Amino acid sequence: MSILIDKDTKVICQGFTGKQGTFHSQQALDYGTRLVGGVTPDRGGETHLGLPVFNTVQDAVSGTGATASVIYVPPFYAADAILEAVDAGIKLIVCITEGIPILQMLRVKAAMVGTGALLIGPNCPGVITPGACKIGIMPGHIHLPGSIGIVSRSGTLTYESVHQTTAQGLGQSTCVGIGGDPIHGMNFVDVLSRFQTDGQTKGIVMVGEIGGGEEEDAAEYIKAHVTKPVVAYIAGQTAPPGKRMGHAGAIVTGGKGTAEGKVAALKAAGIEVVSSPTDIGVAMKGCL
Amino acid sequence: MNIHEYQAKQLFLHYAIPVPDGKQATTPERAEQVAEELGGDGWVVKAQVHAGGRGKVGGVKLAKSPAEVAEFSRDMLGKRLVTKQTGAEGLPINSLLIEKTYPIKRELYLSVLVDRGSERIIFIASAAGGMDIETVAHETPEQIISVPVHPAAGLQGYQCRKVAYALGLKGAQIKALGKIMQGLYDLFLAKDASQIEINPLIETDSGELIALDAKINFDDNAVEAHPDIRAMKDADQEDEKENKAQQFGLNYITLEGNIGCMVNGAGLAMATMDLVKLKGGQPANFLDVGGGTSVEKVCEAFKLILSDHSVKAVLVNIFGGIVQCDIIAAGILAAVEQVHVAVPVVVRLEGTNAEQGRALLSNTGLNLYAADDLAHAAEQVVALAEAA
Repeated sequence: MSILIDKDTKVICQGFTGKQGTFHSQQALDYGTRLVGGVTPDRGGETHLGLPVFNTVQDAVSGTGATASVIYVPPFYAADAILEAVDAGIKLIVCITEGIPILQMLRVKAAMVGTGALLIGPNCPGVITPGACKIGIMPGHIHLPGSIGIVSRSGTLTYESVHQTTAQGLGQSTCVGIGGDPIHGMNFVDVLSRFQTDGQTKGIVMVGEIGGGEEEDAAEYIKAHVTKPVVAYIAGQTAPPGKRMGHAGAIVTGGKGTAEGKVAALKAAGIEVVSSPTDIGVAMKGCL
Repeated sequence: MNIHEYQAKQLFLHYAIPVPDGKQATTPERAEQVAEELGGDGWVVKAQVHAGGRGKVGGVKLAKSPAEVAEFSRDMLGKRLVTKQTGAEGLPINSLLIEKTYPIKRELYLSVLVDRGSERIIFIASAAGGMDIETVAHETPEQIISVPVHPAAGLQGYQCRKVAYALGLKGAQIKALGKIMQGLYDLFLAKDASQIEINPLIETDSGELIALDAKINFDDNAVEAHPDIRAMKDADQEDEKENKAQQFGLNYITLEGNIGCMVNGAGLAMATMDLVKLKGGQPANFLDVGGGTSVEKVCEAFKLILSDHSVKAVLVNIFGGIVQCDIIAAGILAAVEQVHVAVPVVVRLEGTNAEQGRALLSNTGLNLYAADDLAHAAEQVVALAEAA
């Protein structure tokens, strides 16, 4: 088994007929994802990429039985799209959009409490179970079905970890990019707890970066609850304080959220932390 | 995005948050005139730069006469102010804020920001105002009070009273603080702020509460929706290269080293800088060229990196996902020729069509090195920078 998604997961796309939605939906179909339709307001009834287009997420759920949705809409429309998916009963919402105002995400998160819906992202590459289902913008071909669970705040560092675990012949169970925004959906602990109980996952790669305190929370959680080997890498050791390093959430403020603090917390929890991003795959293999 | 203190105080006035009587001035003559208009017998001249720590380095001066206001203004205008927050070059003083002075009984601290952990807007207050709040939080955490606001309920009266009592306020001051907090909350929401700080919030001898200083940061993701805030941007207070990068959709941050870095993706860009350091070099910048990298973007990125004359070698690190490496390689070749790149460039390409990309870059007669893995690429660029 994998976590969150498998070959039977039915997926719809919000922002389906747009440039990004079209390109990545075609890639998902080529990969074998069960993409069953999409949503673009006022385009309901049309066919796009051979799939039905619906006006609303509710219509798409009724018409296809989809349980997952991927969102490719511009930042000022993304909060609306996430909440529409929640309202329609979508269980797993993957929001790729970068640049959503933080106050909008704050309201979205408060509105999601108690709904049971899971959100991945925003500002993330998405989630993939290799060989079964790809939801997001990651290049499918670098993945290999296997035994390593990967969770990361950064898109390209997820790819780097995938590439290295593939090169080591380990492959991946599921890879989750939780996103680079300060307020986002699933966090490290949410994903780690699922990897811990997943039978296919034998080892876990966790890639963090400066800003916030989620890596520290994850360190505590791993110490108390995770028995599988974990290899961690933290990006941003050379980042100057007070500067936003590309990701809205990658910033050290008031001496908080430093790479040193995170590395120390992870090491104190007995986790193997590699100091070079090129050592992730080798270190993981060494732990198994 | 940051704005100046005088702009923040104008916004405060719109939200009924009391500030000292004062006006902005850009010449000594105007500064003197402002002091005369304000009246009274004491004024403060405050350098308007996007950085804290001004008082300790002569950026805030008390004047006893309008003539002295003019004299201090003449000293400050046109100079660069170096504070502990600016870096060695400092920031240009192009304008001043002239204010009346007030008899201060106590200095308090009040701020509002988004707390990532609790996913709430929170107010932070302390009776230990006028000091660096991080120092207070570290040394005497019991002196800090924080109040989270639920986004559906909004700020409640009891929360304001809680802060007021904790700050030792009495009588009419309790209501006055409530109005200040409500004003801050309304301003925060209306303009998509990410942090508003009043340090200090003073209690005058007559018991009034006044925001003596004002600092506002706005959410970069939201400023597009606020033309009035965007208009307050002062490009002179920001790094020239960082401003230029923004125009081309590049994320660029100047650092102190001599190895230029060009990477796709923010996480990988940070990791690349870390790796350069780990191999004994010093990165000259953070640069994320983004996902859909085009020839034009690569050219602009090279121009930016090379406009920093301390750069002795460049490391390009691309993980080709959706973007194909051979297309990136062609872009790099075009850029190196167009921009006349004179320093050695080490390129690491991985992912889709990486081999074709590497083949394109080898044997070009240019100062290009195609590395086959990231660790070697970092070692190579460090060696080349040292040899230069």
